[in-house]
Amino acid sequence: MTTTTDGHAAPVAARPASHVLADSVAMLRRNLLHMIRYPGLSMFTILGPVVVLLLFVFVFGGTLGAGLPGVDPAAGREAYLAYVMPGILAITLAGSASGAAITVSMDMTEGITARFRTMAISRAAVLTGHVLGNALQGLIAVALVLGVGVLIGFRPTAGPIAWMAAVGTFALISFAVNWLGVAMGMQAKSVETASNLPLLITMLPMLGSGFVPTGSMPAALRWFAQYQPFTPMIETIRGLLLGTPLGSTLWLALGWAVVIALIGYVWSRVNYERKSVR
Amino acid sequence: MNTPAIDLRGLRKSYGTKLVLDGIDLTVGAGTVTALLGPNGAGKTTTVHILSTLVHPDRGSASVAGFDVVRDPAGVRASIGLTGQFSAVDGLLTGEENLLVMARLRHLGAKQSKARVAELLERFDLVDAARKPLATYSGGMKRRLDLAMTLVTSPSVIFLDEPTTGLDPRSRHTMWDIVRGLVAEGTTVLLTTQYLDEADQLADRIAVLDGGRIVAEGAPAELKRLVPGGHLTLRLADAAAFDAASALLAEATADAATLTLTVPSDGGVRDVRAVLDRLDRASVEVDDLGIHSPDLDDVFFALTGRKEVSGSAPARDTKENAS
Repeated sequence: MTTTTDGHAAPVAARPASHVLADSVAMLRRNLLHMIRYPGLSMFTILGPVVVLLLFVFVFGGTLGAGLPGVDPAAGREAYLAYVMPGILAITLAGSASGAAITVSMDMTEGITARFRTMAISRAAVLTGHVLGNALQGLIAVALVLGVGVLIGFRPTAGPIAWMAAVGTFALISFAVNWLGVAMGMQAKSVETASNLPLLITMLPMLGSGFVPTGSMPAALRWFAQYQPFTPMIETIRGLLLGTPLGSTLWLALGWAVVIALIGYVWSRVNYERKSVR
Repeated sequence: MNTPAIDLRGLRKSYGTKLVLDGIDLTVGAGTVTALLGPNGAGKTTTVHILSTLVHPDRGSASVAGFDVVRDPAGVRASIGLTGQFSAVDGLLTGEENLLVMARLRHLGAKQSKARVAELLERFDLVDAARKPLATYSGGMKRRLDLAMTLVTSPSVIFLDEPTTGLDPRSRHTMWDIVRGLVAEGTTVLLTTQYLDEADQLADRIAVLDGGRIVAEGAPAELKRLVPGGHLTLRLADAAAFDAASALLAEATADAATLTLTVPSDGGVRDVRAVLDRLDRASVEVDDLGIHSPDLDDVFFALTGRKEVSGSAPARDTKENAS
């Protein structure tokens, strides 16, 4: 029994603010380790969008592309690839929320979350670690899906500044939807439910301007598609990567991202206080 | 024993309409071990959860290391360590990584973290398994890792919620040694258990909890004095001897099925000899003799109203062997 009794916990009741950052980084490192150890979940968030991309471009793309306004029917598939890519990227980002929900839910069903709650660490740090880890994973997924897109002929026209803005937009969207994913993971009573709840977010880009122009939809659906958060996000990505006019969509997209992140943050904090005890 | 390490006053908690804690008063002196002893559902875990800031009490007050659990949870959290009933380890990481995460969250700094983690792995006999994923760990190893994670910094108060439930006898004894080591270093320990011998082995004081109330509290010896539960068990060779012995020892409880008599006794040599002499004079053969001095089983069953005193000792022994 050799122990350095390095003084019984000194009275460190008040935690300096810098610890929030240090704690978040410690939690982030833990989440990244999980991803490296168990890449299965990460693979899933990448493979899903790739399958949808290939399906939509090679199976439906010829016909869908021919129906796009101002497109030569003979070049339908290439036109559709360019059109659908921003929507696929949005789905990829939205899908990373599933990963967040699952990892959070797994933590909640293990005793580890209760341990964190009895430790003098920042409450937000535990959640922030999950958000940052999964947001980073979302960005990596976007890069890989974009790579597949380029392989099959997607040619973005963005210059360096537009690229930087695009990466920033991806990061912000990823951050926002992952806060929502964390909240859903907290809300879910089991890991199974946790993996299903975020499907709602993943499906949302389909009901927007990502796959077909909203103008082709029936009135009620068109109204929803025009005003739901993913439409300005998709249009912003489109504008940045392909040079279509941005207009106010950039600001709308950023605004929505902030709102979604806030909702997710508040929702998960409330759940964290309420639910981490079995 | 100037400021108590743990102080509970009139603690009440209910979940919905179910009253879980019905006015608990308890004081634990610094550097001592107190066992909360009780059956499942007595309120042990709820008490620990309130003390470790996981659950808010409905009424009453609770303080740990001088910090109020409701008004100053951060102060409490900085002073405590909790090793719960359900292992609070990260199953996706290795043992070493688990400890490193804790060290980082305790802001030990890279160099000190490494040293402390190595030391804990050594102390808890986890060096060989340090780099292996937790899936390969046994129950005892997980429990040791769990406790090691609690001890990355040395908290002044440690809660152990059923630390040996589900462990084999050998791991149980290892756990007991670890707890004794902590106490020797001056740590205050509050442990919950449903094993009477565990409380007897480890605790300076025992609080018996039943139905959300503390039904008895004191040193193990004091509690044992409360109940005169000593007796002899005599197993007779055959039915004839059993009948003869039953006639001789009118005060005994007879169990014809097992040919066993239970005779009230203080368990002392003189008393045992007197009983055997009476049987000897009548030439009754005794096959087997058991001496049962009053232990916490008797106290427990007497206090919690479960009247199975005579059957308790063998039952407990079997459980210990089996688990």
